[in-house]
Amino acid sequence: MKALRLPVGGRIDRSCPLSFKLEGRDLTGLAGDSLASALLANDIQVVGRSFKYHRPRGVLASGIQEPNALMTIGTGGRRTPNLAATTVELSDGLVCERQNGWPNVDWDLGSVLGLFSRFIGAGFYYKTFMGPTRRAWMFYERWIRRTAGLGKATHEPDPDRYETQHHHVDVLVVGAGPAGMAAAVAAGRAGARVLLVDQDSALGGSLLNSAIGSTDDHCLQQLTEQLTGLSQVKVSLRTTVFGLYDGETVGMVERRAHADVLQGSAREVLHVVRARHIIYATGALEQPLVFGNNDRPGVMLAESVRVYLNRYGIRLGETIAVVTMQDSAWRTAMELAEAGANVTIVDGRESVDAHWLEQARQCNVAVRLAALPEQAIGSRWVSALEIQSHRDGRRERLTCDLVAMSGGWMPTIQLTTHTGIRSVFDPALGVHVCGNLPANQSVVGAMTGRPLGSLVEAHRIGEQAARLCGAVGEAGESSEAAFRSAPLMVSQSGQPVSTHPKAFIDLQSDVTVADLDLSLEDGFESPEHLKRYSALGMATDQGKSSHYNGLRILAARRGMTLDVLGTTTHRPPFTPVTVGALAGRSIGLHFRPTRRTPLHHWHLQHGAHMIEAGLWLRPWYYEWAGRDVGTAYIEEMRHVRRAVGISDVSSLGKIEIVGPDTGKFLDRIYANNFSSLAVGKARYGVMLNDDGTVLDDGTTSRFGPHRYFMTTTTAQAGEVMSWIEFLLQTAWRDLSVHAVSVTDRWAGFSIAGPLSRQVLAKAFPQADVSGEKLPHMGVLETDWQGEPLRIARLSFSGELAYEVYVPADAGVAMWTHLLEVGAFADIRPYGLEALASLRIEKGHVAGIELDHRNTLDDLGLGKMASRVKPYVGQALSQRADLKAADRWSLIGLELIEPAGKLRGGAILFAADDPIQGHGRGYITSVTWSTVHERLIALALYQGGLSHQGEEVVCAFPLRGEQVRARIVSPMFYDPSGERLHA
Amino acid sequence: MAMTNMVSGSGTISSNAMLRIPCPQCGLRDYSEFRYAGDATKSRPGLESTDPREWHDFVFLFDNPKGAHREYWQHVQGCRQWIVLERDTATNRVGSASLARERGHV
Repeated sequence: MKALRLPVGGRIDRSCPLSFKLEGRDLTGLAGDSLASALLANDIQVVGRSFKYHRPRGVLASGIQEPNALMTIGTGGRRTPNLAATTVELSDGLVCERQNGWPNVDWDLGSVLGLFSRFIGAGFYYKTFMGPTRRAWMFYERWIRRTAGLGKATHEPDPDRYETQHHHVDVLVVGAGPAGMAAAVAAGRAGARVLLVDQDSALGGSLLNSAIGSTDDHCLQQLTEQLTGLSQVKVSLRTTVFGLYDGETVGMVERRAHADVLQGSAREVLHVVRARHIIYATGALEQPLVFGNNDRPGVMLAESVRVYLNRYGIRLGETIAVVTMQDSAWRTAMELAEAGANVTIVDGRESVDAHWLEQARQCNVAVRLAALPEQAIGSRWVSALEIQSHRDGRRERLTCDLVAMSGGWMPTIQLTTHTGIRSVFDPALGVHVCGNLPANQSVVGAMTGRPLGSLVEAHRIGEQAARLCGAVGEAGESSEAAFRSAPLMVSQSGQPVSTHPKAFIDLQSDVTVADLDLSLEDGFESPEHLKRYSALGMATDQGKSSHYNGLRILAARRGMTLDVLGTTTHRPPFTPVTVGALAGRSIGLHFRPTRRTPLHHWHLQHGAHMIEAGLWLRPWYYEWAGRDVGTAYIEEMRHVRRAVGISDVSSLGKIEIVGPDTGKFLDRIYANNFSSLAVGKARYGVMLNDDGTVLDDGTTSRFGPHRYFMTTTTAQAGEVMSWIEFLLQTAWRDLSVHAVSVTDRWAGFSIAGPLSRQVLAKAFPQADVSGEKLPHMGVLETDWQGEPLRIARLSFSGELAYEVYVPADAGVAMWTHLLEVGAFADIRPYGLEALASLRIEKGHVAGIELDHRNTLDDLGLGKMASRVKPYVGQALSQRADLKAADRWSLIGLELIEPAGKLRGGAILFAADDPIQGHGRGYITSVTWSTVHERLIALALYQGGLSHQGEEVVCAFPLRGEQVRARIVSPMFYDPSGERLHA
Repeated sequence: MAMTNMVSGSGTISSNAMLRIPCPQCGLRDYSEFRYAGDATKSRPGLESTDPREWHDFVFLFDNPKGAHREYWQHVQGCRQWIVLERDTATNRVGSASLARERGHV
């Protein structure tokens, strides 16, 4: 090949050279080049190795359908593999690598695989490595992956920013070719809000394929002018619509120019567009012809050859064979001849329109009718094309340095099928067109499959769409010029199926006609089965240059028409979308919201180390108690047990419940009795799911005849609130009850320890917190500095303890106040680790035990269930299986071997069980007991406390550990409750 | 209806649903503001019913209809109302929505 950059012409800027690097080689392109055109202009012939056979591959196309020129672009964190060079705009300093060759693409050892290619046909990997010989796959996979992989992604973090934007428009026009532009102009003039998008960096679509100064170019100028005057029409270039979703929601990705990204722009923007009307103007994609060695570098799509000529000013050959079955390639042939090439056109048809023959004569283009290519000759680049006449079977070898082929055009209908509207085969046109679309979706231009689109038609549909959206403006007349849409193929069923052993259908997945035949032989006959078995159309190009030929040949082999055969299903994304674009700003800390308590900054300023608890950030431990959590939590526990501690429990779910029927409501939703709860009292309650398992536990306090205050666990707060709302709004509308979440309204602190009462008495002299006035489970309401204050004598730790609630905004002041007045008692803050450990010592269950699989009995709470009133979950909690004696239920564990470790998640076995399988239970919570000076644990164990006193083995296979422990009561601390009631 | 069957909607874009739901209180809202909570055509046994068979069928047995369906959604990030929504499970077309509290007994 002698790629010749012409001295004039093209949509490139010869005064603006851009330098770039290919595998360390310095190359130069021009502003306006794609990476593919720049590589071609630099005479880079082999752009990659094929997936299975490692055959050398050159650029096939000029757009998104490119199967060969997949490159790795960028360095460091920006390194991105598998980008089609035909869709990458050249930028100054761009660094790229070819892929899939080892040691390199030009000299690839893997190509010896080609010699064994008859052994690695369709289904090869399945047959060889799966099924009974699966172990073989495990063994070979490493090597196969190395030789048959695509590009490698980076492990470095992505330095760029990705954004998400939402849009609401009247009319979305997908594709800014002539038809799309005309439709957008008409809709915009009529007054609709229009968004016109195109994946290219310029407006024009197929018009950009024609030379500057041509009729097409004139049409482009005209349409561009018309658009420029319309403020109603927004244009988004470099933007690919990748998916159509329910409710006319469209997902699209905008790729910002590299230079802008370096200036601080987002790299990509995910646009979620809600459109009232969608106009598809996505055009058509040219398809290859299937013949021997049609994958050789130098065999290219005819229209793409034209693109390189007219858009990039590159004539890709001197002696060119154009092979086709339809008209559009004739235009390519003439233009190449006018650019100085020696051109022969080979057309499979018996006859063509007379004006083409006349033009060919004028341009000195040699013509062969009724002939089709047999095979391409040449290894690294094509050197000749063998053709065969189907009139007399005569073969002829055309010497050439470029083959421009055209197997016709496939309308780009993928998007229209994303919501399940299947495409239909139009026998008259010989192609699949989109199915029966709803009234708010229309199709214009080449995508309709009709050989000649017109601007008049597109204009009319644009106006109509605007009208459907309620626009009443004047759309005016359309541009007079009927543009020349790419002429579509008429049915190709006449094209014989090549018998050459290396006639490729899918270049990216390396699927040949022989592979297709093998799949059929193996019984994979439907298009969906064929696709999966042979990988046809499954590569990153999603079959944009292979799907259609595959269907056509399959139909021919099975003696069917394409409408009977059916097609495979197209799914989003239409072209590959980066994970970065989908993630947008939802990364790192912004992956999900963070909830902070009103005390958050106080904690940070006072040596707290924070930990995530669901969405919440809570203090884990404080530095006053130690430098790491292991020492700190034990010190905090000791302090609570001997003096007094204060802990932030603002994250507890809090629900204000009011109304005359609240008692009745609580009776229904809690398993235990609540209507007997007196004003000024709190009660511990447990809720069940409908299926009889435990949903949540917490306390509810009664502050007035009709006023209650419920707390839930931090983890289940949202679930419980929704559940209450569901029941009140549906099944229990007979109850006069209102419930509202006040979780964020109140700050809550736990003050625990033998000195807690003295601290409260000093902090709130007006309130009587004496044991007589405020006994265990007593509550009172008062105020503090004008703010309402609620004090409940509740204990999670087993110590004399209180919960104090104040409005969130007063949280810090109250907390500080308690610390100041509590100084005499050496009050100190304690974190979540100590809080959770204190409750383990006391034998209280928490979220880790409440796994939605256990019953009240399992948790040792069976006595709470009321026998006098119905409650949620009651009926199913009586199921025999939930009453079985050998259920996994709550036990305590004491470590027997002091040198060993108890670990959460350890699997429990009886002393003489073999250590294998799922065991008889597992450890849920572990802590160091400051009381017993040893590790203790809560666990769920088959048969529970009926095994009290027995020895078990706690196995932790991840670390190869086995330790012995004894089953004890889970109440490790103060089982009689003396301290609690002090 | 078991609470454990609930899934809350989130995320920017997903292949299965870009629905908008006409909340009777708040108007047309993105589905991501709602939580889905399953079949609204079943009727919940009365609390006083102790028949485990009746509860079993209600809690565990679900039809999987193709086509028109009525289901519960809650506008968790809006008015907190429980809504009965008509949705075609085959096409995802959304029909009318009504407040659960305003319907006849479920």
